[in-house]
Amino acid sequence: MKLDSKIPEGPLAEKWTKHKFNLKLVNPANKRKYDIIVVGTGLAGASAAASLAELGYNVKTFCFQDSPRRAHSIAAQGGINAAKNYQNDGDSVYRLFYDTIKGGDYRAREGNVYRLAEVSVNIIDQCVAQGVPFAREYGGLLANRSFGGAQVSRTFYARGQTGQQLLLGAYSAMNRQIANGKVKSYTRTEMLDVVLVDGKARGIITRDLVTGKIEAHSAHAVLLCTGGYGNVFYLSTNAKGSNATAAWRAHKKGALFGNPCFTQIHPTCIPVSGDHQSKLTLMSESLRNDGRVWVPKTAVKGLKASDAVKIAEADRDYFLERRYPSFGNLVPRDVASRNAKYVCDEGRGVGATGLAVFLDFSDAIKRDGRKVIEAKYGNLFDMYKQITGDDPYEVPMMIYPAVHYTMGGLWVDYNLMTTVPGLYALGEANFSDHGANRLGASALMQGLADGYFVIPYTIGDYLAGMPYEKVSTDRPEFKEAVQQVTDRISKLLSIKGRKTVDEFHRELGLTMWEYCGMSRNEEGLKKAKKKIQELRAEFWQNVNVVGSHNELNMELEKANRVADFLELGELMVDDALNRSESCGGHFREESATEDGEAKRKDDEFAYVAAWEYKGDNQPEVLHKEELRFENVKLTQRSYK
Amino acid sequence: MELTLKIWRQKGPNDKGGFKTYKHTHVSPDMSFLEMLDVLNTELIKKGEEPVHFDHDCREGICGMCSLYINGRPHGPLQTTTCQLHMRSFRDGQTITIEPWRAKPFPIIKDLVVDRSAFERIQQAGGYISVNTGGVPDGNEIPIPKKIADEAMDAATCIGCGACVAACKNASAMLFVSAKVSQLALLPQGKPERKERVERMVAQMDAEGFGACTNTRACEAECPKGISVTNIARLNREYYSAMLSSYEIASKGGGD
Amino acid sequence: MMNWFTRFITSTLGRKLIMALTGLFLILFLAVHLTGNLQLLKNDGGQAFNIYAEFMSTNPLIQFISKGNFAFILIHVLLSLYLTVQNRKARGAERYAVSSAKSSIWASRNMGILGTLILIFLVVHLKDFWAQMHFGSVAVVNYNGHDVRDLAALVDYWFAKEWYVALYVFCMAALAFHLWHGFTSAFQTLGLNHLKYNPVINFVGKAFALIVPALFAWIPIAMYFNI
Repeated sequence: MKLDSKIPEGPLAEKWTKHKFNLKLVNPANKRKYDIIVVGTGLAGASAAASLAELGYNVKTFCFQDSPRRAHSIAAQGGINAAKNYQNDGDSVYRLFYDTIKGGDYRAREGNVYRLAEVSVNIIDQCVAQGVPFAREYGGLLANRSFGGAQVSRTFYARGQTGQQLLLGAYSAMNRQIANGKVKSYTRTEMLDVVLVDGKARGIITRDLVTGKIEAHSAHAVLLCTGGYGNVFYLSTNAKGSNATAAWRAHKKGALFGNPCFTQIHPTCIPVSGDHQSKLTLMSESLRNDGRVWVPKTAVKGLKASDAVKIAEADRDYFLERRYPSFGNLVPRDVASRNAKYVCDEGRGVGATGLAVFLDFSDAIKRDGRKVIEAKYGNLFDMYKQITGDDPYEVPMMIYPAVHYTMGGLWVDYNLMTTVPGLYALGEANFSDHGANRLGASALMQGLADGYFVIPYTIGDYLAGMPYEKVSTDRPEFKEAVQQVTDRISKLLSIKGRKTVDEFHRELGLTMWEYCGMSRNEEGLKKAKKKIQELRAEFWQNVNVVGSHNELNMELEKANRVADFLELGELMVDDALNRSESCGGHFREESATEDGEAKRKDDEFAYVAAWEYKGDNQPEVLHKEELRFENVKLTQRSYK
Repeated sequence: MELTLKIWRQKGPNDKGGFKTYKHTHVSPDMSFLEMLDVLNTELIKKGEEPVHFDHDCREGICGMCSLYINGRPHGPLQTTTCQLHMRSFRDGQTITIEPWRAKPFPIIKDLVVDRSAFERIQQAGGYISVNTGGVPDGNEIPIPKKIADEAMDAATCIGCGACVAACKNASAMLFVSAKVSQLALLPQGKPERKERVERMVAQMDAEGFGACTNTRACEAECPKGISVTNIARLNREYYSAMLSSYEIASKGGGD
Repeated sequence: MMNWFTRFITSTLGRKLIMALTGLFLILFLAVHLTGNLQLLKNDGGQAFNIYAEFMSTNPLIQFISKGNFAFILIHVLLSLYLTVQNRKARGAERYAVSSAKSSIWASRNMGILGTLILIFLVVHLKDFWAQMHFGSVAVVNYNGHDVRDLAALVDYWFAKEWYVALYVFCMAALAFHLWHGFTSAFQTLGLNHLKYNPVINFVGKAFALIVPALFAWIPIAMYFNI
């Protein structure tokens, strides 16, 4: 298979404009003859559904939650980047492009990233017009802040709830089209397979989560906007329901999976409190602007936050400030995370589990006063207190890294189409424009760029070549897929083993976190591969899924998802094994500089690793899409 | 900690439900309320019983999926979402009664899971600004006073969980509807459609069978996002002036 | 097809608007009624009160307003019954097993019960005074050549009975609670909720809810104890 990224020729700044002109159009009167399925209703899905319906296509949307508005985009806190240069501080489309490519450690396509930066400005206009209440200055104009160590203030925000407000904007646009009859919304409905007819994606199989009914839906194109797969790790900042099932089933039907090992681990999360832990809560990384990260110089077992004052200043190790004198506590997410892991591995971690480091505000409170700190972080401090019972004004916070975002995903070309014709992937679900590492406030930008401003153009090019005729769901392809899905559910319900779904999921998560988390090495990855294979085999022998099929059965839902995570986890390990360089969120211990920093190998690994499924328990085949850099010069990151 | 849980169990929408009592002996004060139920469910599964079904997703207080009427209060004793409620808010040995949201427009699906699609239909009736993608003015073309933007944001923080309906003795959805109407009525972008919007959303709210507001303010007291009843007053004003002065009466359909 | 006005007043918001407007009118009525009643406290053998009562029951304009007043009471009562039934229906067949009272004040949750108490009082009150005045036989006194019905004597008669005074005071307490919530609630329903004016509305509302029923209740007490 030859991977064709379809990046248009020509100068970087003209690629998208030229491409838009070259794309075929569908006559306005003919758009109503085409049906499009959108799976997932987060930022990418809701914005795509609304925009496509506005153009005249018939859209069906699917989400597993009880409302499209609950998709996990809603939890994004910080903000959304856009190259508006409203602050007159030297921002530009080119600078946003450059920062994003560099931040992604040169593992993304120049063409895609430039387009992303280019349409970022339209996103803000669109959202404002929809009534998104962005933060404003006293003069009534939009406010910006600098985010995630960026040198310019280009982040637009709505308090700490930017994701929520952007999603509600897209959701309202979608609601309008539901009222217009152009969008049909299916809630509490989960996609369980994609159906190919003559090699093209022509529909999906779903399960109604309330009645258990398996249904087939046909269309002319299918859009997967189903988010990332961070929940492979069991504990992550993702929602409990976030899953990889749609993407994984598409992968098994022929869509290549790009860079599966690229996961982002966020340094400022609330640590695990015990075995009961079900998810991890992220706190804005802005906390590192004023908080100082430290652990005791010599291990103190089970050090409580309330006893931190007993550790004398001289006995504290402010390890980020020590190792990175110029960036200090503001080093990028991956660096901060990795260093926290190292000190905990040395046994110097704090708290009951020893898996936490202090984030201390006492100096900032002494310097600026409690009032100033309260104004900046009051809501975060309150949230922390509510969850942990500790008051950060009095004692240091405890933080530990957690899986937050997955840069990998379904491989797509410049048109966002996967290797299956008619099957598209948008937002976090695709192997995205963030390369090996995503910058803060860029996820919202990418989700909305794909949905509002890319797919409405590129899908026309495909549909213009499609016949109007609908395919019947009575065709054997659909019948067969329904049968497979039903069989698998019956199988899961019939095993009646002794371990719960969560127990398997937790075990998988621990393995992934241990060997394919912040720091990876060949030996560990090989061990993980073996463990996952064994766990998967055990799952299909010994899982206990109670309840029946034809009712609301959340255990069955989980089992279906975990079965897929057990396969995807192995692919992530395979990819991490193959990529014996360190780049972005992927740190291979074998590829480090003398002082332990990440070392990229551009001559060997400047490519997208796209994996092809070859059948159950068969090794996947690697395809490489070489990345060409014509505009930026590749440099090693340094934060010393 | 040890707890006695009285939980509403109901097999399906048309089955008769009732309380079942469970002894829960493995509760840590650091658990969230939902994690406490997770642990209970694991025990139930191990015994071959059906786990207690409840809605949840983000578990960080923003998606609005979780519900539960705990000891007579939606989302329990603190003004937060159930997923953010931790067991240290309860006493060792306490009895906790857990019920689903109770409102005619929120029928029970199973156990503690209710159907809140009535909220969807209210939003679809007019909770939007009719602009198509593209062709909109520059974001800074419409200056909006900071105070107005902040007030709109206060209303926009609603997570649509339904605690207001659950808390209200009349199962009124006024706080929810007023939050959306307020956000869009305050902002200049929402002005062109403000009359039709409020008419249609209120009509849909009534059609769903929610009760009338009697200003007890229980909704405001229980709202995990602290949405103010000032919004309800605004909804009232918007509605009266729309009904008394609009010259165009559209009863259904979208905005084009 | 309902026309827009019917749709307006039959919507939940329209019905609430009617409740608020009739309620506010009745509040106004209470104030007027109280000014009249306070004449009873004058040490003039009931003369001022009787002249006032005669004026109120004979002046055509007052009579017209009084008809409206009865209509408003009726609307306020009937609509509240209807709304209560509807609101109970909205909760659904199954009710909460445990209900905590912490999130709202008692009066606001029990306007129906308070209203019913006031209604019972009203019936008794109308029977014993208004109906006597209009349809019964009341002694006549003569002030400066004018024959005036001696309502004050009737009041004296009733307010000499302990149980009657007690009932009166009890019902005024119910009225106080009803007003405590009702006064400010009416403004909220009218949409008059504004940071600048809320303190005034709240202050006047609470003061009215305390002072007016207290004075109403003071009259029988004072008359009983001859203060």
